[in-house]
Amino acid sequence: MIVVLATLFGIFAQLSVLAFGGGNTILPEMQRQVVSVHHWVTAADFNALFALSQAAPGPNLMVVTLLGWHIAGLPGLLASALGMFLPSYLITLIAMGLWERFKDRPWRAQVQAALVPVTAGLVVASAWLITKVAVSGFILGCIVAAAALVSLFAKRVHPLWILFGGAMVGLLTGLF
Amino acid sequence: MGFLRLGMISFGGALPLSRRMLVEREGWLNGEEFAELLGLCQFLPGGNIINMSVAVGLRFRGPKGGLAALLGLITVPGIVVILLGVIYDRFRDDVYVQHLFAGLAAAASGLMIAMGVKVAKPLFRDKPAMAMACLSFVVIALARFPLLYGMVGLTLASASLVVWRRRK
Repeated sequence: MIVVLATLFGIFAQLSVLAFGGGNTILPEMQRQVVSVHHWVTAADFNALFALSQAAPGPNLMVVTLLGWHIAGLPGLLASALGMFLPSYLITLIAMGLWERFKDRPWRAQVQAALVPVTAGLVVASAWLITKVAVSGFILGCIVAAAALVSLFAKRVHPLWILFGGAMVGLLTGLF
Repeated sequence: MGFLRLGMISFGGALPLSRRMLVEREGWLNGEEFAELLGLCQFLPGGNIINMSVAVGLRFRGPKGGLAALLGLITVPGIVVILLGVIYDRFRDDVYVQHLFAGLAAAASGLMIAMGVKVAKPLFRDKPAMAMACLSFVVIALARFPLLYGMVGLTLASASLVVWRRRK
């Protein structure tokens, strides 16, 4: 148990430090660790938990606490949350003092410019990996396409409605 | 500190919402200060909104304020998420629930694709940046490289590209 908790903490602490460009960039590594390396959850469970965290209020990184809970209950949740949020806290604490000094340096703009394409590639990688698992039939494929199109072209539709719609269509396919 | 904690709970969500909350409703920051802090938080690793809550808390009440703001932001969503997790664990073997979750997950994938299109779109005109984005996709999504090494390598490559293009 202790080993699992320490590993959870370690995985999420590393992810926290690598999460340039926000939470969506670390999804591929999160999936690789908990599904392929440690076999704690199946790829389908990972997708479901991720979807659940998207449908819930709060920062999108809450998927971390949900995974922690699913893998090792309350201690797992605490270890994961501590791993994810403690480094963020410390880094912000340290950077706040230094920011005034380095925000106008040319290297900062260069690092930022360098990170943009990398993080874009990572977000697309996240989309690819969860879509690959989600599309296990024709109707599910249609839900994916419809959700993407609505989100892109009907900007006034709240994402929650899209998630709700997807869930309802899914449920209907189970009834008939 | 108590009010900070309370306030943060309500914005546990998207970034635009936090702006409305911090700048327009509470008046803790003006627009310029918000943009400044956001710049910092986007530069740092971690969820932008997470860093933002810590930064705002730090600014007003030091390290304790930062901690209070962070806890305020994640406590309620954390509890909601646990409840959902309990429900999922209990009913995941039910056929109907499985179909419901399959649909939900498909919709979430669709949203993620839309997000991917949005972040990749500004790069379409910039061929070297586009190539860099494709390379990171291949390294992480197809080759399934560990992010630690992948990120270090890709960022170095991308940074060299940026520096080289500026020199030219």
